[in-house]
Amino acid sequence: MTHTATPVLSIRNLTIDLPKGGDRPHAVSNLSLDIHEKEILCIVGESGSGKSITSFAAMGLLPKILKPSAGEILFEGRDVLKLSEAEHADLRGSRMGMIFQEPMSALNPCYTVGNQIEEVFEAHAQMSKAERRARTLALLKEVRLPDPERLYHAYPHQLSGGQRQRIVIAIALAMEPRLLIADEPTTALDVTTQAQILDMFKALKESRKAGILFVTHDFDVVAELADRVLVMQKGLVVEQGTAEQVLNNPSHPYTRMLIDAVPKRHGVKGNPDMSTPIALRVAGIEKTYSTARTMFKPARKVHAVKPTDFTVLEGQTLGIVGESGSGKTTLVRCLMGLVEPDEGSVWIGSSRLETTTAAGRRDFRKHIQIVFQDPYGALNPRRKIGDLLIEGAVNFGVPRSQAMEKARALLKIVRLEEDALDRYPAQFSGGQRQRISIARALMVEPKILIADEAVSALDVSVQKDVLKLLDDIRKAVGLTVIFITHDLRVAAEISDHILVMSKGEVVEYGTVDDVFGNPQHSYTRQLLAAMPGRGWEAPDMAAPGPADAAR
Amino acid sequence: MSNTSLTISPGLPAASPAPSRVLARKALRHRGFMVGFLILLFVGLTALFAPLIAPYDPYKQDLLARLAPPVFLGGDWKHLLGTDALGRDYLSRLIYGARVSLLIGFTAALISAVIGTTLGVLGGYFGGKVDAVVMFIVSVRLALPATLVALAVVALFGGSLTVVVSVLGLLLWDRFAVVLRSATMQVRQMDYIAAAEVLGASLPRILFKDVLPNVMNQLIVIVTLEMAHAIILEAALSFLGLGVQPPTPSWGLMISEGKEMLLFESWLITIPGIALFILVFSINMLGDGIRDVTAPEGRN
Repeated sequence: MTHTATPVLSIRNLTIDLPKGGDRPHAVSNLSLDIHEKEILCIVGESGSGKSITSFAAMGLLPKILKPSAGEILFEGRDVLKLSEAEHADLRGSRMGMIFQEPMSALNPCYTVGNQIEEVFEAHAQMSKAERRARTLALLKEVRLPDPERLYHAYPHQLSGGQRQRIVIAIALAMEPRLLIADEPTTALDVTTQAQILDMFKALKESRKAGILFVTHDFDVVAELADRVLVMQKGLVVEQGTAEQVLNNPSHPYTRMLIDAVPKRHGVKGNPDMSTPIALRVAGIEKTYSTARTMFKPARKVHAVKPTDFTVLEGQTLGIVGESGSGKTTLVRCLMGLVEPDEGSVWIGSSRLETTTAAGRRDFRKHIQIVFQDPYGALNPRRKIGDLLIEGAVNFGVPRSQAMEKARALLKIVRLEEDALDRYPAQFSGGQRQRISIARALMVEPKILIADEAVSALDVSVQKDVLKLLDDIRKAVGLTVIFITHDLRVAAEISDHILVMSKGEVVEYGTVDDVFGNPQHSYTRQLLAAMPGRGWEAPDMAAPGPADAAR
Repeated sequence: MSNTSLTISPGLPAASPAPSRVLARKALRHRGFMVGFLILLFVGLTALFAPLIAPYDPYKQDLLARLAPPVFLGGDWKHLLGTDALGRDYLSRLIYGARVSLLIGFTAALISAVIGTTLGVLGGYFGGKVDAVVMFIVSVRLALPATLVALAVVALFGGSLTVVVSVLGLLLWDRFAVVLRSATMQVRQMDYIAAAEVLGASLPRILFKDVLPNVMNQLIVIVTLEMAHAIILEAALSFLGLGVQPPTPSWGLMISEGKEMLLFESWLITIPGIALFILVFSINMLGDGIRDVTAPEGRN
């Protein structure tokens, strides 16, 4: 370590107990770390690794059921754990600032942005009203918000997600804290917005001379930002070191496994086979939503999907990439017949899908199936897995016992035990549930499988598993896959062709090599430029640990 | 802070017990639930086996033994809870009265549940015009004062058990409709409904297999609340002389018949009053218990 000055924050042998009956005795055990001035320390780990708990402990925001049982958290020479509630409150907001994951819930919807920033000055400093206002406007400028005068009077709901997160950062910065703690501050944001926020963190590190503790699950973000990295697994620090060292030469098997699970950037993928017949053709699908005029608002029309055409060849994967609001979910819902398109038609092979009648929709669902994003919402919690799996087959007229037999076979394909049939969804982890969802979709032997952000909610190691499973199944049964995602790396990894959507419009379509190597549209270039960790290529792990070890 | 609760719930262990098992264990540990459940069980069994338990025929008059005080007020063991103004054994009438109360409470709640659930689920699931119609019907119902309407109808058609049950059943469904409508709206948004649709499930199948089981908790809680409500309303109607007609033993009627003697033989009112209180209390405890046990924090 090159730093000689005393660290801003120093955690020594911290252990935090979990309440009895948890899956392990300690949420965090024996954790030590130092954060220096002008330094960004990233804590990386998968869900349940204790990384957020560590940041909450440093802020004195631990929920009551979690008790620190050993160690100390030294901030400016004082042990934070031994402070009274009042002393702690005094530290928070003035000497340390916290930035939360969800900017909407971190801001109070009843107050204007200006009010909420000024509140910090009111609580921690003696200032005149005019001075507070001047400082607030200066802060808004510093977090690069346009038109601070106007935003000063805006309410949180009038701002975009990225703007809200900047407000939260402004609040955290108000009293020039020496320590900033950011808990997944960009996870809820689109990739272009994320890039801007990450840039801001880098600038802040220099301009504010603060230490930054940055909690994330994303190795790309780490590569973009971190000076030093700390990897956590199940409450234990498994690896700690400089970013260079941990990212490019990880020593612990768990770190190696995590880095190995990061989708690789492929050099050249080669042109996909264009000789197979067309599996799916979408011709001029269009959808607008309109709200009727009310007493207070004029009528409004939103073009969710502008006329869209594309084709997918049999046995290939089409990646549809776009940020939130790009219309990709509406497009999928149109393809599934969950939403009726205003115009256009969908063709499977040479037959047109009838979307206007219930019987027609029912018929084409034998051909297209879907895996949803949220593994927790997609399975009815009140039905057993077996019952869930045979639903589709039974609805399409397969006898129950025969369907059960098939469900058993499919469970094997998605690598789950057979006794899963008699269990309930709550008894499975997110990754397992996603595999059950895949099995359920495959039960009706569809020609086309749509995966709507199917791996976005999963940890990176589980994500890798599920992606591999999807690809294996695609190859084994000649499935055509449409993969919707906001993650360019995942899209590049799994797709043959990529379709980029923005504001309801297809802005670019081409092979992976074309879209990534030679983007034509300015929006695609912007997306690619916004990808975090561009300077880092995940090293190839010669001997990767077993990928299933984590689950 | 929602943030915190999200991040500290570590993934469920691979082999957690089945949800029904978890619920049963939570219910057994919930004191209010167990108290309510045991009392209700006791009252229910008493009502069911009334002919075996009751020491006397509840209708048999014994004018020589009128207004005998209960044991704890100096009466003898022949009539444990004394006798009423016509010399009928009070304990027997109380036991048979439990039958009336439970029957009315349960049947009225059941009728209400069917009407309210149908309206609420349909309105919540389809939304739009269907929902507008449902909400209009609910508004109309809410504009009617339940007690007054019940009084009027019973006055018109005469106070038999059937009339009282039907009137209460047709009047108490508003809460079912309102609560189940919003519960269904939430469930409607879930991906598993879309998934069922995509898997070709028919509408009735989705409603019965995917919607109803997931709004069942709310439904059961409302059933208990409305059951208590119906029992109280029946007692009120009977007290006003427009409910169950004498000589049928009903707790409300017993209170009504005892009111002339309030100053001298106050136990004539307090005994059925306490019975009514305990029954309604136990049903409410049970309802609260069910709500706590099935609260969403405890399940996925």
